[in-house]
Amino acid sequence: MTLKEIKELLEAEVISGEESLDDEIAFAGGSDLMSDVLAFGKPGILLLTGLSNAQSVRTANIIDAKAIVYVRGKKPDKMGIQIAKENGIPLLSTKFMMYTACGLLFSHGLPGVSGYVYKK
Amino acid sequence: MTMSSEIEFSQKFEIKGRDFSNAGRISTIIKEILKEIGIDPLIIIRASIASYEAEMNVVMYAQRGVITLIITPEKLHLKLEDEGAGIENIEMAMKEGFSTATDEMREMGFGAGMGLPNIKKNADKFEISSIPNKGTTLDITFCLNKKEKR
Repeated sequence: MTLKEIKELLEAEVISGEESLDDEIAFAGGSDLMSDVLAFGKPGILLLTGLSNAQSVRTANIIDAKAIVYVRGKKPDKMGIQIAKENGIPLLSTKFMMYTACGLLFSHGLPGVSGYVYKK
Repeated sequence: MTMSSEIEFSQKFEIKGRDFSNAGRISTIIKEILKEIGIDPLIIIRASIASYEAEMNVVMYAQRGVITLIITPEKLHLKLEDEGAGIENIEMAMKEGFSTATDEMREMGFGAGMGLPNIKKNADKFEISSIPNKGTTLDITFCLNKKEKR
């Protein structure tokens, strides 16, 4: 699934990284807890989170996440956006809450970190 | 710390306690340095995660701290020394889920009691010592020539 498809599914706004919308995303994970992201995240992950401070972007950068989707209409602060631009991490924001955003992506075939794929 | 072979790279970084807006900045810099040196990407991620968790601990629980990054041909060392609350019971602190974090720390997405266990999980060798109300020292080692861990 490309970032562009994810943007459309989640009716998301692109905060930064418009040029990376053709990038392929292979799997995703959702958490507000950065310690969990550090413990269970894997390189290439699409991170869905409701944590909108700079730590969300720093954490994503540390684990080589591919992109971040902020849920519940949240948006990162200026510092977060700056760090994301410096490190080439696209940022999106969706109005959907965590459960719905993850459910939409999962039911359209985007697996989680474990690789478990949704079957209709 | 004992050095079995000569140091190829060494740099000290200062961390300010309670400086939440810059928390994680040093580990981002360390990750960049490791990339530039050409360390194995899998080791870079493990070392960056350990460094980040350790840095967050200093920001959350200490007044100040110093991270020293030392690279030898065989090993990557992260040595942390902080002045702060210290740890009363290291055995408890090493348990997943045990935390003394405040709401402010949890709002940052941290303080879930995963930090020290996660550092240990990512390291090849992990040593911790602490004196309550004085400070904590961490010695985190990664072997550069073996990739099978994790």
